[in-house]
Amino acid sequence: MLARAVTWWTVFRIALEERLVYRGDFALGTLMRFLPIITQIFLWWAVFESVGEGDRSSADIAGYHFENMVAYYLLTMLGRAFSSMPGLASGIALQIRDGEIKKFLIQPVDMVGFLLLTRVAHKAAYYAVALLPFALVFYLCRGYFIDGWPDATTMAAFVLSLAMAFLLGFFLEVSIGLIGFWFLEVTSLLFLYMLLSFFLSGHMFPLDMLPQPWNFLVESMPLKYLAYFPSAVFLGKITGPELVRGLVIEAAWLVFFVVLSRVMFHYGVRRYSGFGG
Amino acid sequence: MAIIELRNLAKSYRVYQKKEGLGASVRGLFRREYREVRAVQGIDLDVEQGEFVAFLGPNGAGKTTTLKLLSGVITPTSGTAEVMGHIPWKRENAYRRRFALVMGQKNQLWWDLPAQESFRLHQQIYRIHPGDFEKTMDELDELLDVKRLLKQPVRELSLGERMRMELIAALLHSPDVLFLDEPTIGLDVVAQHSIQQFLKYYQERRKITILLTSHYMKDVAALCQRVVIIAGGLIKYDGSLSGIVDRFGEYKVVTLQLADERQTNGFERFGEVLDVQPPRVKLRIDRSEVAGALAAILAKHVIDDVAVEDPPLEEVIAQVFSQVDV
Repeated sequence: MLARAVTWWTVFRIALEERLVYRGDFALGTLMRFLPIITQIFLWWAVFESVGEGDRSSADIAGYHFENMVAYYLLTMLGRAFSSMPGLASGIALQIRDGEIKKFLIQPVDMVGFLLLTRVAHKAAYYAVALLPFALVFYLCRGYFIDGWPDATTMAAFVLSLAMAFLLGFFLEVSIGLIGFWFLEVTSLLFLYMLLSFFLSGHMFPLDMLPQPWNFLVESMPLKYLAYFPSAVFLGKITGPELVRGLVIEAAWLVFFVVLSRVMFHYGVRRYSGFGG
Repeated sequence: MAIIELRNLAKSYRVYQKKEGLGASVRGLFRREYREVRAVQGIDLDVEQGEFVAFLGPNGAGKTTTLKLLSGVITPTSGTAEVMGHIPWKRENAYRRRFALVMGQKNQLWWDLPAQESFRLHQQIYRIHPGDFEKTMDELDELLDVKRLLKQPVRELSLGERMRMELIAALLHSPDVLFLDEPTIGLDVVAQHSIQQFLKYYQERRKITILLTSHYMKDVAALCQRVVIIAGGLIKYDGSLSGIVDRFGEYKVVTLQLADERQTNGFERFGEVLDVQPPRVKLRIDRSEVAGALAAILAKHVIDDVAVEDPPLEEVIAQVFSQVDV
């Protein structure tokens, strides 16, 4: 057990070091994350201005005030910082395609576990750098959280939903990447996933704005747990039995994708023909 | 008992057959034709502990496929294989800790980090005791002279330096069986030589079992007591390197030194004339006819000296390969 922990620590440490090699790219990539939020805020500013006919503070769109909306965006940004996995699925597919995946088959190491650890390391490096800007943005925007900070239980549920969002995002993308065992080229599929995820995770707008039947569609998909769900929990929109139900469903999706990625890896490797020399 | 045992091992791939042109590409969207490629067609092989075996064969002969099967990267279509009592494609950790596969040009090192970091990771993955790790590292460093390179990012190393690092990464856990796929591909003569020297020394010292595929006859001649020729997915020969010439060399090269340099004509009837540089004539004569031809030549000409040699090994092997293709 201890030996395993040391192995994990070494993988984590080395992945962290690797992450810090390209300093410029890393710093820029981290800061660039804050850009879209500004355009989003201006966009909704204009929308609320127009709905409220010049008085945006009186405007109400599907139960959201302008302040709610900004708070919601800041929170989805945080959610996405946990659940988005840049390059994960495409990286796996590429490794299958060019044969790099062989090293995971030859060495006594579990590929998915290895990738998870390296991803945790990448995220840790990212949070370490992004903590300050995030704190600054939240501090500057504190006025938008008009309902105040959530209580301890809600906060705990929020943290739990974020942690699960990270794992769900990870195993979901791993499953997509492993499709590479069957179809060597998954770029279009990934594009579709990113598009769907952009809209249906709640990154674009709060999902409870959606009318039926769209709402039903969103409810029956796992994507909403990647951004919408944690934000809604934080804002106190989901409480009591609804909150428990939401967390249980999120956990169930997580288990589903963990199992799916295992099964796919098992059968994928059997199909694998060891490309690339 | 053999450390590696293959019985009737076969692997087929299904390969999409795309015809030329846009029309065919569009049709390919709906209906695809596949062709069955039988990369390995049922081979039997036993390798004893401590043997250094070379797989020779033309490109696409099934050498690499065999190594991939033995290292568990791919699953066979039929047949069995056991390496040290393990079935490779079960990929048990107990097996994976006891062998290594080195593929020329393929990287198991972290590209952006110094090799030292990758070695540390291997130490953990393979659960190498710190004392053993240091000892093995020192030994390998002494043989391959890499100390000054350990702290450089791998991407900044030359191909030869990287290959040395790959070998170290593969040998840190002291594997009992080593699979080498084209370990000297793309290297210059000096680097090739140093890798050969290293492998020879290491194998003799550790008595590990090595299977090597290579295109360079020099690798094979320098290292392997046993050669297995694979072509068209089948084993065509299994024995010593010199045995190849005995078995497949169909002719001898006879060089005659004539007493009279004006008499270099008329040798065509004894065999194929390869070269004439008066007073020397070089002939290619079928093995069965060498004795008769020599007797006839000696009866007709005054010969100062005669040499009967086997054809060059490369030529014989090329001839074996080309026979298979037909």
